Amino acid sequence: MSARENILGRIRTALGRMPGEGIAPRPNFELQIPSVPDRTALFCERFEALAGKAHLAADASAALETVKAIRNGRTAVAADHPLLAETGILNLEGVEHSFPDAAARRQACARCDIGISSATYSLADTGTMVMFAKPGEPRLVSLLPPIHVALIPASSILAGLEDLLARVADPAAYSSSMVFITGPSRTADIEQILIRGVHGPGEVHAVVLTYR
Amino acid sequence: MNPSSGPPDAAIHETLGDPRLQTAIYSATQRLIDHRKNAVSTDALPAYQDLRTLANRIKRHTIEHLDYYLELVETQVTARGGKVVFCEDANEVADFVLNLAKEKGERLIVKSKSMTTEEVHLNDRLESHQLEAVETDLGEYLLQLAHQRPYHIVAPALHMTRYDVADVLTKNLGVEREVEPEKQTKIARATLREKFLEAGIGITGANFVVAGSGAVVVVENEGNARLSSSAPRIHVAVAGIEKLIPSAKDLAVFLKLLGRSATGQPLTVYTSFLSGPRRENEPDGPEEFYLVLLDGGRTKLLADPAKRESLFCIRCGACLNHCPVYRKIGGHNYPWVYSGPIGAIITPQFHGIAKDPWLPFASSLCGACAEVCPVKIDIPKVLLKLRAEVTHSGAKGPGERRAFRLWAAVMARPKLFSLFGAIAAHFAPRPKSGAWIRKLSWPTNLAPLAAWLSQRDLPPPAPLSFRSQWKSRKAAR
Ligand code: SF4
Repeated sequence: MSARENILGRIRTALGRMPGEGIAPRPNFELQIPSVPDRTALFCERFEALAGKAHLAADASAALETVKAIRNGRTAVAADHPLLAETGILNLEGVEHSFPDAAARRQACARCDIGISSATYSLADTGTMVMFAKPGEPRLVSLLPPIHVALIPASSILAGLEDLLARVADPAAYSSSMVFITGPSRTADIEQILIRGVHGPGEVHAVVLTYR
Repeated sequence: MNPSSGPPDAAIHETLGDPRLQTAIYSATQRLIDHRKNAVSTDALPAYQDLRTLANRIKRHTIEHLDYYLELVETQVTARGGKVVFCEDANEVADFVLNLAKEKGERLIVKSKSMTTEEVHLNDRLESHQLEAVETDLGEYLLQLAHQRPYHIVAPALHMTRYDVADVLTKNLGVEREVEPEKQTKIARATLREKFLEAGIGITGANFVVAGSGAVVVVENEGNARLSSSAPRIHVAVAGIEKLIPSAKDLAVFLKLLGRSATGQPLTVYTSFLSGPRRENEPDGPEEFYLVLLDGGRTKLLADPAKRESLFCIRCGACLNHCPVYRKIGGHNYPWVYSGPIGAIITPQFHGIAKDPWLPFASSLCGACAEVCPVKIDIPKVLLKLRAEVTHSGAKGPGERRAFRLWAAVMARPKLFSLFGAIAAHFAPRPKSGAWIRKLSWPTNLAPLAAWLSQRDLPPPAPLSFRSQWKSRKAAR
């Protein structure tokens, strides 16, 4: 008999259940969505409390200027996302994007100082960015470079986790990867001293597009 | 590991006598205690107690229908192009990873922090086959280099100083001695970054396995679990079979409790919800995904409803921080990878009570663990059950059992109790000037009593028993 059959068999014997037996009703509960009057303001406040840097951009050219200022001449790699095209970021001299294959993108992500992406949603009450891996949203852009910059449409900021789970009942239906990012990468493994930028980015910027 | 069945007394005394280590344990756990306290306060999380109750009910439901949810997760993972592998024990997990590496021609494996793979001693097995397996969580990496096991579930290198770290890095990486934690972290980052980009297989644990989605949820602060699960070509997630929850919606309960109970964070820096390999239209991610589900003794706990609760644990570490025993003896004096109260209940249950019968007794039964446990495991109750089992198995010796039977008989009979109380009050020898009874030369030198008192002390009986004081005060009114 295989490990699978043995394990399931032992479980059923211990619990007095039959193969194929159904289940009792699941504990049910309501998702309590927090009421947040000003989501953008709360998101920025919580994001900054975690040492993230929030910027507001009232139009596309303001967003572009903000990204240019953060970049300050350093090397950058960008996701091929419509929002980044629309703001003109993909046209910036020296911002690498539209790679022929995954390997080329990966090399760029490993080499560049800054990764520029979008975020599908954000959560106001924890200052979290929610990234789904999907076309135009690679995983490594927000992970390998030491600095991460994300463009966030204000309309995509949700109140909190409950709000997200009420909208996206099964994240697996949309993507193989949903990642919450709540502040810069950090550790306190040596003498409980807080250090940022261990493996992920140590500096995280959110450019909130208040016009979207 | 301690081959005899008693506690490692010498090592424990060494820990107790090391002021540096005592301060390290005490201050680290105190910091975690304070952070948790703020994060679950009524202001910060008004629904905290309701969430605990709900978490307990969801876990109970899942464990009571574990066969159903295991089959469900298997169906879902398979539907997303992943593969589920059931393993009876630690060896089977190691065998699976070894064969996978051989079959795929991979030599380098990156690992993110996983208590379950600690159970397996995976690294030793892999290394003996010329495979390189690198721990990538900073604390775990340092421990791997120092050949030690984790000191704490969430703060694995809690016992190391920056000078220990400097020694370990210099010795193993040949770098110049560096004592600044910030720079030490940079050294580790640079070394590990190369490994991430080269490795063919990434192994992570799973904090939750979401049955209905066929997904694993991994929480972390450093980003090494994200890297392990997205940079290499193959992602293997290893989880105990008890890690299941029914659906993504339940995360609204568990994520709110886990980070807060562990480190006081409302959410950790990264929470990854991963369901199978990268999909056709996704720009990057692993090409293959395996979910390894380990029994490793867990099914032994299922028959008994009280013991079953031990499987609700979400490994937040709060019970360790609040345990007066853990805070004195530290993590390495527990015989296995799980320390503190949760270690004291699961180690003897997973391995059989005969192996470490002293463990359920390594507790003052103060109840602090149950009070802070986010899934409301009644740890003291399980400890008592296990103590009873040890006693019934005869491990305690006839003398001690007879003594306690006598004690129980006296305690259950008020007349006898007051008689013995009066006798003790009158005739008991008293040490001088407020000292406790261990200072006496007699009768505490009698072998059984001396053994019992070697780890305990009591104040001497009062000259007048409580009962007689009560009586005379009542009469005086
Ligand atoms: S037993 Fe409870 S408090 Fe202890 S680690 Fe597990 S979940 Fe946390």
